[in-house]
Order: sequence, then C-alpha cells, then structure tokens
Amino acid sequence: MSLSTILMTVFSTTLIYAAPLIFTALGGTFSERSGVVNVGLEGMMIVGAFSSTVFNLSFGNVFGAGTPWLSLLVGGIFGLLFSLLHAVATVTYRADHIISGTVLNLMAPALCVFLTRIFYNGKGQTPVIDQSMGNFTFPGLTNIPLLGKILFTRTSLIAYLAILVGGASWFFLYRTNIGLRLRSVGENPTAADTLGINVAKYRYMGVLISGALGGIGGAVMAQSITLNFSASTISGQGFMALAAMIFGKWNPMGATGAAVFFGLAQSLPIIGGYIPILSHVDSVWFQIAPYAITIVVLVVFLGKAVAPAADGQNYIKGK
Amino acid sequence: MLHSRSMKGLAVPLISIAAGFIIGAVLMLIFGYDPIQNYQNLLIGSLGDVYSIGETLRNMTPLILTALGFAVSSKAGFFNIGGPGQYLMGWFGSIVFALSFSNLPTWFLIVGSLMCGAFFGGIWSFIAGFLRAYFGTSEVITTIMLNYIALYFVNFAVKNWLASKGSDSSPNIAKRASLNTEFLQKLTNNSTFNWGFFIALIMVVVIWIYFNKTRSGFEVRSVGLNEAASLYAGINVKRTIVVAMLVSGLLAGVGGAIDGLGNFQNISVSNNLPSVGFNGMAVALLAAENPIGIIFAALLFSALQIGGLSISVYSNTPSEIVDIVIASIIFFVGIKYIFKVALARNWGKRRRKTTNGGADK
Repeated sequence: MSLSTILMTVFSTTLIYAAPLIFTALGGTFSERSGVVNVGLEGMMIVGAFSSTVFNLSFGNVFGAGTPWLSLLVGGIFGLLFSLLHAVATVTYRADHIISGTVLNLMAPALCVFLTRIFYNGKGQTPVIDQSMGNFTFPGLTNIPLLGKILFTRTSLIAYLAILVGGASWFFLYRTNIGLRLRSVGENPTAADTLGINVAKYRYMGVLISGALGGIGGAVMAQSITLNFSASTISGQGFMALAAMIFGKWNPMGATGAAVFFGLAQSLPIIGGYIPILSHVDSVWFQIAPYAITIVVLVVFLGKAVAPAADGQNYIKGK
Repeated sequence: MLHSRSMKGLAVPLISIAAGFIIGAVLMLIFGYDPIQNYQNLLIGSLGDVYSIGETLRNMTPLILTALGFAVSSKAGFFNIGGPGQYLMGWFGSIVFALSFSNLPTWFLIVGSLMCGAFFGGIWSFIAGFLRAYFGTSEVITTIMLNYIALYFVNFAVKNWLASKGSDSSPNIAKRASLNTEFLQKLTNNSTFNWGFFIALIMVVVIWIYFNKTRSGFEVRSVGLNEAASLYAGINVKRTIVVAMLVSGLLAGVGGAIDGLGNFQNISVSNNLPSVGFNGMAVALLAAENPIGIIFAALLFSALQIGGLSISVYSNTPSEIVDIVIASIIFFVGIKYIFKVALARNWGKRRRKTTNGGADK
C-alpha cells in the first residue's frame, strides 16, 4: 500500500469515527454552557440511533439514497423530544443534573430495545438498513495533487459537515447576542436574571439543542457505522463525547478538535493492521493507546479544566 | 404526626416507586400486555421462593458495593464514572490471585483473593484521584478512559495469560476458593447466593461508620461541601481527594472480586463494560447516597432485574419493561421537588380549612 493510500485510509477512518462524537460533544457544550450538566448524552444518542434506524427501514424505499440524510433529521427531532425530559426535570423541577442525566442513560436503552422488540417480532435488534451513508468524493477538489487524494477522496461527508457545525456553534455562542445570553445563564444566572434574561428559557434552549445534536450524533453512528440498531449500537460513545467536551474546555472548537482526536484514536486499531511496521504489534496496544494518550495529553498540556461557573447549579429565583 | 420528618423522607421514595410501576403498567396496557399478570410474575420471580430470593440477594451484592463506591467519591464532590472499570479490575485481580496461589490454606486463599481484587480496583481509581489532586485533571475524563483501558487490558490478559489456547475464558478457580458453599446452596435450593452478600452488608456498616464517626470520613464530606473552606480549616485537601477516590475504587473492586469468587468462578473476554458498574451509580442516586438506603435501593433494583427475567419467560412481554420502571422510579426521585410542593400545598390547605372552620364557629 502506498503512503498516500495509507494516509487516505487514516484520514477517512478518523473522520467516520469522529463525526458522531463531534455532533454529540457540541450538544454537550450547548447544554453545559447554559448551566445544565449533561451526563445523559449517551441516552440522547441511543434515541437518535433508534429513531433514525426505524425511519430508514420504514421509508428507505420511498426516499432512496436521500434516506440516511432525512434519518439524521429524524434522529435529531427525537433526540430533542427526549431531552425535554432532562430540561423539565432540571430546569423546572430542580432535579439534580446527574440524577436526571443518569435517568436518560437508563431510560433510552430500555425504551428503545422495548420498542425494537415490539416493532421487529420480539428481536432485540433491527434488520440492517439498505440505504446507508457511504463514502463521498468531492468533485473537483479530488484533483489537487496528493492532498486531493488524502483529504477529499472516498471520505466522510457528514464529518466535514460536523466540523462546519462546530464552527457555526462557536460563532453562535461567542459572536451572537443569543449565544452570549445562553452563556451568561451558565456563568451567573442571578446576574443574567437581573438584566432581564429569562434563565429558564435559555437553559431549555441549551438542553434542547444538546438533545437535537446528540440525537444526530447517534443517528450518524447508526447510519454510517453500525447500520442497524441494537442495545450495543451506542456503547460508550456518549461518554467519549462528554470527555471530548471537557477536553475541549467547553468550547465548540475545542470539543470538535478533541472529537477528531478521539476519532483518530479509535481508528488506530483498524489502521494498525495495514501498516507494515506495526502489523506484528499486538492489537491490544492500539486499543489501549488512545485512552492512555488522552490521559497523558490532559495531564501534561491542559491541566485544570474549568467548567462554566454555574454548571450543575439549579437557579431558584429570589434565593 | 403524620408529617414528621422521617415520614416525609420515606414518602418521596414510596410515591416514586408507585409512580414508576404505574408508568410501566400504562406502557404495558398501551402495547397490549397484561400488567397485573406481569407484575405477579415479577414478584414471584424475584422473591417467590428461596431460590429466587437467593438470586436476588446475590445480584444485589455487587450493586451495593459499586453504589457505595460511587457514593464515597460523590460525597467528596467527584463524579466517578469509573465503577465499571474498577469492578472489572477487581474481578480480574481476584481470579488471578485465586488461580496463582491455589495451594494456600482456604482462608488465606479467599481473603487474599478478595484483597487482591480490592487492590486492583483501588489502583484504578487511585490513578484518577491522584491526577485530580495534583494536576487538576478532570476525574470524569480519566475514569471514562480508565474504563476502556481496563476492558481492553483484561480482555488481552484473559486471552493471552489465563485462558488456554483458543479459549475466551480462564479456567475455573478451585472449589474451596469459592464464596458459594454447599451449605448456602442447600439453604437456597442451589441458587448462586454466596457469602459475599454478608461482606457487602459489613462494608455498608463500615462506610456508615467511616462517614459519621471518623475524621477521614468527615474530611471527605467537608471537601465535598466546600473545598476552599476545608483548606482554611486545615484539612489536607489533596490527600483527602486521593483517599476518597481510593476508597471508592476499593469498594467497586471488592464488588468485582465477590462476583468473581462467588458468582462467575472465572473470568471471560467481554465486548462491553460490565453494566453493574453503571447500575451502581443509579442505585446510589436512588438512595441519595445514604449507605443504609443503598441496601434497600439495591434490593429494589436487583429484585426488578431478577424478576424481569421471568417476565419474558412466562409471557412475550419484553423484559426491558423493568428497566423502564427502574428509570422512571429514579426520575421521580430526581424530581422530588414536585412532591414536596404537592405535599406542602395539601398540608397548607388542610390547615387553612381547620382554621377557617374554627373562625366560623
């Protein structure tokens, strides 16, 4: 295998595995920036994966090749609806954010596998989808010497979109009024309230955006990687996204970068086999390396991660 | 009298449990299953005879320990998602010891295996605690990462060091190293109930004493409430963080060791992190991190899980319905504010009525 082919494989596998993490980590960023801790990302991803798969299986013959893209939307909508549970519990009923998030993580697999058994004759997994998200070659760009092959040939379109969403999220949070208000209720809700900002409204917004993005993240996982839904479709990606969000210091660009890094890390065990020098190294080291490297990078370069000041605190008016 | 503090304290969990079961029943009715029949099967399957009781108690044992572990770190203000990894390391450590020193005298063998499991679990959480205390590294990230490192490391170690070629499981430990003795098997009609249950109960008492009667436990709670104030009061905050995380992992490790020695008798390669680690978190939250409460929360959780198995045996209702019930119960416990408002309003109304009545006369 030539060097450029190896690099192309590395790059595209990285992007494929990074895409679900980017969306979900961005979701987490919105929620926590508004002051609601979100450990329920895993649950939101599960709901997104399930609903998108059901949609894809039901309407695959109607919408043809466009189905996976519509499925992402469906996953986002159901993720948003599901996150309403978290928003109502934490913002309106003052629940502990960790408890509510844990409920999401318990409820999502229970409900989705329950419904899977009802929809698909008692089986714990759905059939494999026909219309999946394949790889994409950018017309024109692929002709750029060397880089064209590595970056733009047979790659993941959704990952590029995810990175764009990351940039847009940064712009939204740091360059618009709504974004500033959303961040202000996460830093100092009392001060924000004094200025006439509706704390509950912005916190709902943060959590619901997070649900939509988490749902899309889960849907991307199902539409491009696992290609069906079962209890193991989402196994820890939500927690990895949570880690990416903290790694990126609650900043959309940081979270995107960290998610790409985790994507590279997850593709290591797959790529390891192709690279001649590394092929006789036991694969366990490739599996462990990403997680160990994350810890080392965190300790050596990043130091203390500081969450938004009012993250996890319920705002009780007049107290 | 009815509204005394302890009654109110119990009211929220009891209402939540009832509400959780109602949600489950409504869902079953919607999809055409018989809730009464299913709940009956659930009750019989979890507590109906000595065998099921044995299974339920055995299943709650590791839950108690992983929940205690989560509670200890949480009291210190840390979110330790590392339960699954610490449990897995504990399980691995106990089996390694039991297989390597199988000719030790029985008592040394069992105690040694348990301690080795606890030690392995403790190392895993110690790493996270140490990095948190001295480098400020988020324990959320490190414990998540350590979970996966544990999973892949244990899979590798089982496959390459413990299992015979081509097999995915280690050999079984010696019969006398097991916590599941003939006496208990006879008593519970051959269930997997084992002595580990009593070890877990002892640990609950130990942790209760630790929190309420020891200096170190006080320091842990104090750091959790206010780190800066604790520092001014002369508490060694860094050491306390490390201690809290270490104790947390030791407990989860013992949970894994008990499951290894009492339930599984060996260790196998697995695809996913053990769910008991995550469920322990839910149990601790259900019990509001109170050690005594954890026993009851674990009993409820475990009875639902074990009873859920017989739901799908005796009907075509998906057994996931019990997980929905569990999640709903914890959800209602989480939004207890709604009940407090409702209770206070009711109480207020009644009082106003009586005063009005008095004025009319």
